[in-house]
Amino acid sequence: MIEVLGWISLCVGVGFTVLGCLGLVRFPDLYNRMQAATKCVTLGTCGIMLGVFLRSGFTSLGVKALLCALFVLITVPVAAHALARGSLIFGVRLWKHTERDEFTDDRGGESIIEVDK
Amino acid sequence: MGKRFAYFVMGFVVWIVLVYTLQYQEVIVGAGVALLTAAIFGRHLPLKPGKLLSPVRWFWLLVYIPVFVYMCLKANIDVALRVLSPGLLIKPGIVKIRTRLKSDIARVFLANSITLTPGTMTVEIKEDVLYIHWIEVGAGDMTAASKAIIGPFEYFLARIFD
Repeated sequence: MIEVLGWISLCVGVGFTVLGCLGLVRFPDLYNRMQAATKCVTLGTCGIMLGVFLRSGFTSLGVKALLCALFVLITVPVAAHALARGSLIFGVRLWKHTERDEFTDDRGGESIIEVDK
Repeated sequence: MGKRFAYFVMGFVVWIVLVYTLQYQEVIVGAGVALLTAAIFGRHLPLKPGKLLSPVRWFWLLVYIPVFVYMCLKANIDVALRVLSPGLLIKPGIVKIRTRLKSDIARVFLANSITLTPGTMTVEIKEDVLYIHWIEVGAGDMTAASKAIIGPFEYFLARIFD
């Protein structure tokens, strides 16, 4: 039973990782792509790690997989935030169909939303 | 001193879980490494050590985990459908929201939770204002956006950290 649950978890993880990569290719600008990349982590990586844990139980391998998932959950959002913040301040343009940009509005600077093209 | 001790305990527990054995060599080396890191970095621990001992806060943390997992699953499926839809159904934008969390560590956890939830990503924090890149910007104003994005997280994080 637990074996089956482990396989299901692994498959879900791999499936969501594939979807995340697909999003990385399909989404239009850096910020949306970052969304797809962080989506990979929550269900993708954690699903795979949980699957490894379920299949090997409380052994050295299984516990390390859980710890791995925990560390990834702590570090990935920080990295994604730093990349997105840096790009926004540096002036990487948002997608032309972006609805609102209250960050640029508040800075009082010129809009960095791409108008033409 | 209290901060250093809390740091030492946490580091030691992580070490023991990582090596997953209680052989005396591992325990001695782990204690040494934990002691060294605690001595160097202990004073940067962004928590009051007393808060780590409060059982009420740990209880709310245990409640928070399933809430977070549920929100994550919902948002994951939502974004997966957007990725797969042929028309690329996204309306991205950056919205500004205000949080009522006071301590730095609570705000950090709020920002991390937002980033981990697919579809929303924190791009900047200034004091109590968070700028969030949202994949599906609604028509509402700031309070509506705040409610939709951080409502469920803020309620629990205030009880855990503040």
